[in-house]
Amino acid sequence: MKIKNISKSFGGIKALDSCNIEIKKKKINAIIGPNGSGKTTLFNIISGLIKPDKGEIIFQGHDILKLEDFERAKLGISRTFQEVRLFKNLTAKDHIDISLSENYESVLKSVIKKKRSNRKKIKRILKTVDLDKKLGSYVSDLSYGQRKLLDLAIVMAKKHSILLLDEPVAGVNPKLREKIKEILRELREKGETIVLIEHDMNFVMEIAEFIYVLDYGKVIAAGRPKEIQKNKKVLEVYLGG
Amino acid sequence: MIFPYLIHILILIGIYLILAVSLNLSLGYAGLLSLGHVALFGIGAYTSALLNINGVPFVFSFLLAGLLAGFFGFLLAFATGKLKGDYYALASLGFAFVVYSLLLNLTEITRGPLGIPGISKPQIFGWAIKDNFSYLIFLALVCFVSIFLINKIVNSGFGKLLGAMRDDETGLRILGKDTKKLKYKTMFVSGFFAGISGSLFAHYIGFIDPNTFYISELVLILTIVILGGIASLKGSITATFVVIVLSELMRFLPLPSAIIGPGRQIVYAIVLIIILMFRPRGLLGRIDLE
Ligand SMILES: Nc1ncnc2c1ncn2[C@@H]1O[C@H](COP(=O)(O)OP(=O)(O)OP(=O)(O)O)[C@@H](O)[C@H]1O
Ligand SMILES: [Mg+2]
Repeated sequence: MKIKNISKSFGGIKALDSCNIEIKKKKINAIIGPNGSGKTTLFNIISGLIKPDKGEIIFQGHDILKLEDFERAKLGISRTFQEVRLFKNLTAKDHIDISLSENYESVLKSVIKKKRSNRKKIKRILKTVDLDKKLGSYVSDLSYGQRKLLDLAIVMAKKHSILLLDEPVAGVNPKLREKIKEILRELREKGETIVLIEHDMNFVMEIAEFIYVLDYGKVIAAGRPKEIQKNKKVLEVYLGG
Repeated sequence: MIFPYLIHILILIGIYLILAVSLNLSLGYAGLLSLGHVALFGIGAYTSALLNINGVPFVFSFLLAGLLAGFFGFLLAFATGKLKGDYYALASLGFAFVVYSLLLNLTEITRGPLGIPGISKPQIFGWAIKDNFSYLIFLALVCFVSIFLINKIVNSGFGKLLGAMRDDETGLRILGKDTKKLKYKTMFVSGFFAGISGSLFAHYIGFIDPNTFYISELVLILTIVILGGIASLKGSITATFVVIVLSELMRFLPLPSAIIGPGRQIVYAIVLIIILMFRPRGLLGRIDLE
């Protein structure tokens, strides 16, 4: 995925300012930066929730800015939200079911289809995030950590070729943080392309292979974790220079 | 004496069952504040009535009533595609007003306030349905099939998508689902069943005029759906029995008939307010009305 020259202002605030980023395939990419530096805005633009003022985004040969949000998702862009976003009247199992299945938009196909067919897959996916005991639970019965995990399971279940994760370990306990790290590493092993936004520097340095640093909507540095750690501009931004 | 009256009430219940269940599909399951339902009911009734007095066999007038009402449901969803929540409610209410005034004013076609008399009882291939008891049997069959189909839909994967759309439309689009198309399809199906229920009404009463398809009727079916519970078919079924029987019982109050009509509206309104205040999920619902 190539993000070219993307700019976006909200009133007077420049959330993104001629942002250029190239997502490395089959790697864990990270986007870091202080609060309000435009990270989430970038995800919102990629997934189609907001339109940029200028620039283009090339993904699988398409200029995806021309596509509607759901078309981009169908093309393989899967994302999570900083504030976990689940469907409150659906069970954990149904969340995975609708993410997995591509037939449900057709009334006929979904009525005729046997219910059992997805069951095993759903269980297997929920097992990877330790939620296989929570098949029938509604969102209100899940803890914060479990919701984070379910959110992750949803984007994994959905057909995708890139995962955009907005702060996957924000607010979770250390044990769960390790669990999520393990899940992401396994996905990486399988050859998935991951982009994560994260404030937890240790987490990023442990897991990311390529890092972009945003500050006031500009990319101020890009490189491997080792390089980023030594980068003067980055140190200034983070240590309040 | 009591027996024919009982059959009459059961027939009314059957007609409103289909109407209420089809409204619950769009309003309850899909979360579309669809106030145009009464107009779809009317479109079905008029389609069927006009075809019938022009000699079209029942089977066709019945199906065309459903298809045309379904098509208008689709059109309504299509025209209001960008509108959300309250705005959609307003637009669909506007649609109900427009259809009502068309029924009233296109006198060349609809005979306006005079209505359309002489709609005959159904004849289905060889089976001529002449008396009310046979009509009840036939209606029970249509009811059963309609509820069976809608139940299938709401419990299918498509139904799960509708539930997700009701909770968070953007969230569902981000999962790659075209929510606009989901709405079109839902409104078509919902309109189809409203249309056939209109057809059944027209062929039963034998006479229709625009007033049957006015806002007061909308209040009745909204009361049924909300009393029974959003996204609960069992709720809608139970509530149809309760509301229709209650409104029939009011007939026996020692009041002049000029008061009973408006009196019913007041009772429905009170029921609605009580539900909204004390039990927003209705009698049998699992989901709060928001
Ligand atoms: N929809 C919006 N309307 C107005 N301003 C917005 C909107 N979305 C973001 N902003 C502003 O744009 C800037 C960038 O916000 P963004 O959410 O992208 O930051 P972020 O890097 O994700 O921050 P955080 O680390 O706190 O999540 C902020 O100043 C924010 O207030
Ligand atoms: Mg953010």
